[in-house]
Parts: sequence; structure tokens; C-alpha cells
Amino acid sequence: MNVDKTIFEYSSPGRVGVTLPDLDVPEVGVDTLVGPENLRDDLPLPELSQTDVIRHFTRLSLANYSVDRGFYPLGSCTMKYNPKINEEVASLSGFANMHPFQDDSLAQGTLAAMYATQEYIKGITGFDAVTLQPAAGAQGEYTALMVFKRHHEKIGQGHRRIVIVPDSSHGTNPATATRCGYGIVKIESGQDGRVDLSALADALNDEVAAVMLTNPNTLGLFESEIAEICELVHKAGALIYCDGANMNAVMGWYRPADSGFDAMHLNLHKTFSTPHGGGGPGSGPVAVKDFLAPYLPVPNVALKDKLYYLDYDRPDSIGRVHGCYGNTAIALRACAYILTMGAKGLKEVSDNAVLNANYLLSRLNDAYEVPFDCRCMHEFVASASRQKALGVKALDIAKRLIDFGYHPPTIYFPLIVAEALMIEPTETESIETLDEFIEAMLTIARESQTNPDVLQSAPHNTPVRRLDEATAARKPVLRYVDD
Amino acid sequence: MPYIPNTDDDQRRMLESIGASGIEELFEQIPADVRLQGDLDLPSPMSEIELRRHFANLADKNASTDRFACFLGAGIYDHYIPSTVAAVLGRSEFYTSYTPYQPEISQGTLQSIFEFQTLICQLTGMEVANASLYDGATGVAEAAIMASSVTKRQQWLVSECVNPAYRETLRTYAWATGYELTEAPRDGVASDLSKLKGRIGEETACVIVQNPNFFGSIEDLGEIESMAHEKGALLVVSFDPISLGLLKPPGEYNADIVVGEGQSLGLPMAFGGPLLGLFACKQQYMRQMPGRIVGATTDTEGKPGYVLTLQTREQHIRREKATSNICTNQGLCALAATVYLSTLGKTGLRQVAELCMQKAHYLADQIDGIDGCKLLSNRPFFKEFAIKCPAPVSEINGRLREAGLIGGLDLGRFYPELADCMLLCVTEKRTRDEMDRLAEALKQ
Amino acid sequence: MDPSKFKYSKTHEWVNAEDDTATIGITEYAQSELGEIVFVELPEIGISFSKGDAFGTIESYKTVSDLITPISGEVVEINAELAESPEFVNESPYEKGWMIKLKMTKLAELDELMTAQQYENAPKEH
Repeated sequence: MNVDKTIFEYSSPGRVGVTLPDLDVPEVGVDTLVGPENLRDDLPLPELSQTDVIRHFTRLSLANYSVDRGFYPLGSCTMKYNPKINEEVASLSGFANMHPFQDDSLAQGTLAAMYATQEYIKGITGFDAVTLQPAAGAQGEYTALMVFKRHHEKIGQGHRRIVIVPDSSHGTNPATATRCGYGIVKIESGQDGRVDLSALADALNDEVAAVMLTNPNTLGLFESEIAEICELVHKAGALIYCDGANMNAVMGWYRPADSGFDAMHLNLHKTFSTPHGGGGPGSGPVAVKDFLAPYLPVPNVALKDKLYYLDYDRPDSIGRVHGCYGNTAIALRACAYILTMGAKGLKEVSDNAVLNANYLLSRLNDAYEVPFDCRCMHEFVASASRQKALGVKALDIAKRLIDFGYHPPTIYFPLIVAEALMIEPTETESIETLDEFIEAMLTIARESQTNPDVLQSAPHNTPVRRLDEATAARKPVLRYVDD
Repeated sequence: MPYIPNTDDDQRRMLESIGASGIEELFEQIPADVRLQGDLDLPSPMSEIELRRHFANLADKNASTDRFACFLGAGIYDHYIPSTVAAVLGRSEFYTSYTPYQPEISQGTLQSIFEFQTLICQLTGMEVANASLYDGATGVAEAAIMASSVTKRQQWLVSECVNPAYRETLRTYAWATGYELTEAPRDGVASDLSKLKGRIGEETACVIVQNPNFFGSIEDLGEIESMAHEKGALLVVSFDPISLGLLKPPGEYNADIVVGEGQSLGLPMAFGGPLLGLFACKQQYMRQMPGRIVGATTDTEGKPGYVLTLQTREQHIRREKATSNICTNQGLCALAATVYLSTLGKTGLRQVAELCMQKAHYLADQIDGIDGCKLLSNRPFFKEFAIKCPAPVSEINGRLREAGLIGGLDLGRFYPELADCMLLCVTEKRTRDEMDRLAEALKQ
Repeated sequence: MDPSKFKYSKTHEWVNAEDDTATIGITEYAQSELGEIVFVELPEIGISFSKGDAFGTIESYKTVSDLITPISGEVVEINAELAESPEFVNESPYEKGWMIKLKMTKLAELDELMTAQQYENAPKEH
């Protein structure tokens, strides 16, 4: 299949893709209404028939790999199946076609669902208060750090300017801390891929505002000393934040609040199966302990006398982080998912996510180097270091997997593993799918010895072959220009 | 469990391969003292039938536009969504994929973002656009941070006529990042130009205005542009994309960064989310832009294709020195906007804009003659305008509700001096009959 | 231009000193490790740096690294061609890929740098 022409190349003057009603009020010249100086001369948008529009985007869709098409073991992104009923209920007109600024009494359905979602998140994480306002995980991190900052200001600890992150952390952690005005101190992971308690103790002092930890961490390992870590951090007067990107591994087994974390975010598009949408919209609710609740963004959904309402009376709040109340329609999907699964079902999600990952690990660790070769949680990081000695990089293995009909694992991350291949199967895949994937991985490992060329030139049957990213960055072409 | 294929037998086979006695053993990494005792506190699970019924009941408790004609705007608008949008967005090839990290199997997403970037440039008259941000409010905050990194200046100046929710978000971000935010007062329903000018100083990184502004009025962007640039500050303009079907785009006013709420471009109001942050700027500031960007290139065989580019700006590479912490954007919403703008095109968007403007002026004329009602200003406006009401806004809105109408925004909530004032919005969906009913209800 | 006469730093920059002016770039080894260079960010003329300061950044499409000056001085010239043609750093690291010229303020610092021979034999760290 060929890549399609751009939509602009289908344009032909006079075409339009939809009909609109005639004006039903007396017409006045637009010049008269707003003055000619305020009007544009030309509107250079394309002109297309509806057939063209639908065919174009249908063809484009066929050039995409997706969860509905096949296995998508993209580590840390949790590409699990997206249940269709969630799409259906969130799209009900009563939810979709409702203005956000109408009176609370006219929005009781949505407010009830939002309130329930907050309550469920409290139950799943063990925290005391929740905001749904952050639009994505990174904004959830940001919101939580702002909450910490406001708390420190309130208790006379505003001098704390440092945030500690492990070297295995996701890039959003340090980027977020910078956005909050904090300096970053990076600590090296221990031999076992977990936080090195003594390195952490050395880094802690009364300048430290917070520690950001992902648990299970980005290597797919649970921080077994988490209670000790939290205690150490609190003794230093700092707060500890849980990046909840991997909460899908531990539901029903472990609640971050119980081990001493002060706040966390969740990615609804990871743990709670909302679709990733080609890169959003996500949703990154934040959950906190009681003492931090007053600082959560304004407004929050509250309940009083059986009436749900948007609570704006929050004088200590950090303020707004969104134009409305967050990605509400995404929260509705997560709510539907939680209601479908229940307590037992969510635990089965984690059970099977971890089982599937360990199964893959047990079958692949002969052919591939696994730097932290022990039981993993919901994902593990292999390395193509052995293959690299034969001239085959993680990138080549990734591209070759495409030939076998799979989306590749995450490569280039985490940064502390060279030639990383981060594999996350999720609980929504069957043993048959995993077995086929294992076969493909083993074949590729053999090919790296017998026929490295076929890896280095992969993929072979895609709409485009490997693309020249260097030229794209050197001479950026960021929009279509008619020539 | 419909979403978990493993049977007991599958589990047994897998555990054998792993060499574990049971699933419990796989969780040994979690020490006993931090393990959850007992079950999660959640409601009992629902079947699809029960779930469908539960959500249908909730949806019925909302006052949706199925039952009411909506005259509420204030940044979120009840515009018509052509059927093409749902048809494309419903394709799971788009909605069940992720950020296009592997370009060879993501050309659908990448090309549509490239087209989105192009359409936003065409609409705004700017040179480069990104792949979207969360929403208009955070987009304004990102623009301000970017302006500070371009100019190395610490102060942001925002007009009081910018959407109050955007200003509140800006305040949150200014506090967190340590920049200084100042507001410039309004004169009636537009920015007070002489006061604005007086507040632009040598340390002003950017002047932030909205056009049409929160009151629906058209600002004097030409004048504001020269004030800002005279002092070396950047001009940041928040725009309504529908208005650009008719109005002169911010690019023609030499704006440096433009930001807009893209919800109007094919997204349902959905109680305010997901939304879509539109973001474009001058070419020279390209490398300071936040968010994902797609660029055109060629493959090893010379075939054209698209990739995520200029990635070194981003958090996964530059970490604490990144231009922004944003990772996920609003991909699917940007696709909606791409389909929307492709469907309407040059003539369709102009027609939508014209219908909004003509009808809004019709309603304004009807209201202006009513006893106790008065337009706040005669300034040119697009699809929204503010009126003084003969009674408290909540009372008026109660009356309108009985007539099957959702009334306007109570301006007193954000501008205490504007008690009893209402901001009304008219989109192309409103009919003459609905507007006449609104005018009628105001007469009582 | 004879790289064998240049001085070298541990962070893989070269210095070509002529009178009190030092031309600075990155080594053949550095460019090959970085891969295809897509962008070089250079300082403004007139800025002063101390030895060890970052004077700019260099980007491949997946990495970004600081450029470190091995010598103190004031920027008197920058290679403006790199803005349009960053690939010069790959193609010709010692000539067309030069980055900045400094008016040196501490000439003695030159003696602290490695000779071409020493650099050649030094263990390479990233």
C-alpha cells in the first residue's frame, strides 16, 4: 500500500464536504457588522467533497498499526485492549453534548460519574483525595509537585529547592520538576535496578523538597524497600511522589498510600484501558493524602445533601491547571472500566499482566540479555547487547518485528540499559499470541547471527521504509506548501 | 473476564514455564508489610447490559443540547460536528494506536498530524504549528513560558479581557515556574489600550490578548502589536478558530505565538474535556516550541513520509532542560480538527463563521430593544456579546430553562462589577425561532 | 589546518591556537559517536567563557550534548554556516565544521590540553 497524497493535493475550487443551513435572519453585510479592516482577504483552506475526505482518512488509517490489529508490547505505555462498551457509554449524547458552564443542577449525571471515579481511585490507591483535572500523566506529575510546593510554602519550608529522581526515571519527571522551579539531583540505581538506599540517604538534606519514584519502576521491578525509602524521605522533611504509570501491575495487591507515598498520579489511558488515540487525549488524575487535599486544583467535584457540585471554595488551592475540569470523557471511560471489572477483576488484571510478562521473560532470557534477570512485574527490559556485537542494534530488532506483524517494544528507554528493549505484554493478550511473539523474537535472534542484513534493512513490507530522520531535523518541513 | 483471555489451564502452563508455584509467588517482590490485606473497596462488577443502563440513567440527568438550545459559550461552543468526524474518529486504527514512535507503521497518524499543522498555519497565518497541546488554557501558559525563554525576560502581561479560566491557569503556572504575572485592565468590553501600554516594560516577555476577546469583542490587534514589539515583548494571541473563517488572522498582525481552543473544530463539548490546544508561532521560534512536531522527509527508497521531529526539545531526550514536560498531546482531538477543517474547507468554514456572526447580531438587535436589557457596548463583535439584564442572571437563566433554552454566562462570577450581566453566544446551530424565544423570555 | 598540531580536551573538543585566537570544534571521534548532526547552537559574539563552560549544544536527532570550551576567552567569531549546514561537523570536523573562535584570556591553559598524539592514545569516554 502506498502512502496517500496529502489532503491539500485533492483540493479543487468549489468543492465542499457538508451542507449548512441557509441564513434564517435578515442578512447584513459583514463589512457593516465588523468593519472591513477586521476581515481576512483569503482563507487558504483546501476544498474537498465528502467522498474525498472519507477516502483520504480511511486510507491513512490503513497505514497505522493499532491494538485492534495486533500485539503492541510497547513497554511503559501499556497498550492493552480498549473495551468497546466504554466508547459507547462515554459517547452517549447526554454526556457528549453538554456545556461545562451550565448550572451544577443540570449536570448531575456527569458530576456523579466524576465523583464516583474519584472515589474509586481513592479505593484503588489508598489515598484520601483526588482531582481529575490534569489532562495527562505529565500534567498529573506537575500538579502533584505544585501541591508539594504549596504545602512547603504554607509550613515555612519554601526554601526546599531540590527534587531527587533516580537515573531510571521517565523524562517527564525531571522536566516536570524544572517546570516547578526545582533543581534536579539524579541518583544512580543499585546493582539490582532498584533505589540504592545509601545513595538516597546521601542525597537527602533540608534543601530537598521531594523524591519522585515510579513503583513498580521503569525496569519493571517493585521497590521492595519502599517503606524504608518513604521513611527516610520523611525523616529528611521531604515528600515522596509516586509516578503511577505502572499501577496496572499491582492493583488489589498494593496501594501506594499504604507504603508511605504522599501523592501519586494515574494514567487512565494505561491502567484503566482508555484508548491512547494516536497520542492522546490521556488523563492524569492525582491522588493525595489528607494533609495535601486543600491544595488540589480548583474546582473539584464534591457532594453535599445528595447534590454533586463543583467546589470553588478552596482558598489554599494551587489554582486551575485546565480550562475546564480535565479530560472528563476519558474519566467516564475509566469509570465504566472499573465498574465492569470490580475489585476481583482489577486484581485479575494485575495477576495476568504480571504472569504474561514473566512468561515472556522466561522464554526470552536465553536468546536475549536481560540485565536484571529476576522475576519482573508487568514488564521487563531486555538488551540487544549480544546482538550488537554482531552489528545488530535494538533498533534493527524493533524494525524486524514489524515484518513479523508486531508493534515493536520500547527502545531507547530506560536510559540506564544500553540497547534496551522494554517489553510489556499486558493482561489482554492470550498465551497463543505470546507464543507466536516468542517465536518471532527467537527467529530474529537467530537471524542476527545468520543474516544480519535482513534485520538492518527491515522493515520490508511497510507503506514506507526507514525514514531519514536526520534530514527531517536538519531541514525541518513542518507543513505542506503548494509548489 | 472478557478482556483477560488466560484460562486456568493457560495460567498453569505459563507458571510451569516460569517455574513458579502460583501467581502469588510472582508478587513476592512486594513485602508483606505493604501488601493490601483484603479486597479493594469497589462496587460489584456490572455486565454490559447493566453498565449501559447505569450510564444511560446518568446521561439522562444531564441537560444536553438534545433537549435545550444552548446560548452558553465563554470558550466552549456548541458548533455543529459534520458526520465525517465521527466516521473517521471511530476507526480503531486511529484511536487504538499510540504516539507514532515507529514511523513505518504510523504514517496514518503522522500524516494526519502534518496536515493538522498545515491547516492550523493556513487558518492562523503563522509559519509553524505543533501537534497540539492539552487545551487553550494550558496553551496560553505554555506560550508565556516559551516567550520567557525566547526573550530571557521574567514578566508576563495579560489583558483582563482574556478568558478568566485561562488567566487562572496562567496564574498557577506563573507561580509554579517563578515568573511574574500582571493583568492589564479593561475598558468596557475591550482591553484598555493606554493602560496596557503603560504596563509594558523592559522586562515584559509577552503581552497576552485574546481576539475576539472573552466578551466576544474584536480587539485592536494592530495597536497592541506595535506596543508590544516597541518594547521587545512578544505578542501572544489567543484566538477562536471559527472566527478565522472571516476575521483577519493573528499572523497578519505579526503575532509571535498564537494559541487557541480547538474544541469548536469537531469536538463535542463533553462537559469541557477532552479539549484541544492549538499552538503556532513564527519559524524563528520553532526550536523553543513545546510539544510534539511532525516533519516531512523521505525513506531509504526516496518515498515521501513523515516522522516526529525536532525531538531534542522534548523531555525524553533533554529531560530537565526540555522546552516543556508535555509528553502525550491530544492526538485524536487534533485528528477531529483535521477532518473538520477538511470537510468544511474554504467555503464551509467561512459560511459557519458568517452564520454565527449574522445570527449573533440578529439576537443582539432583538435584545437591545427590550425593557431593562442593554448591550454593554457597541464595539464590533463576532459571535458573543454581553448584555445587562433586568434581573439577576440566575433568575433569567431559570426562566430561559423553562422555555427550553440554556442561557448565557453570569459575568458577575468573574467580574464582580458586572453583576446582572450575561455573556450570550450564538452559533450556526441556533435558529431564528430559538432566538425569538430567548428574546421573548427576557421580556417577561 | 593540520589536526596533528591541534590541542585536544578529554571532552573531545579540539583547539587550534594562532596568536591569541583559538578556533574550537569537536573531534572526528566525537562526531562519529554522535552520529548525524542536525543542529548546532552557538553563542553570541562578545560573550566570555571560562574553561569548562558550556558554550553551546550539539544535537543529533536523538541526542543533545553540551559543547565545552577547553579554554577561557571571549567569542570573536562563530561559524554561522553551521546553522544551515550542521552536516559540516560530520563531513569536515576539523575544517568546515569549526564552531567558535575565542580571544584567549589565559594562554597558559593551552599547556594543560593534550597533544594529538596524547589524545589518540587516551582512553575514550563518552
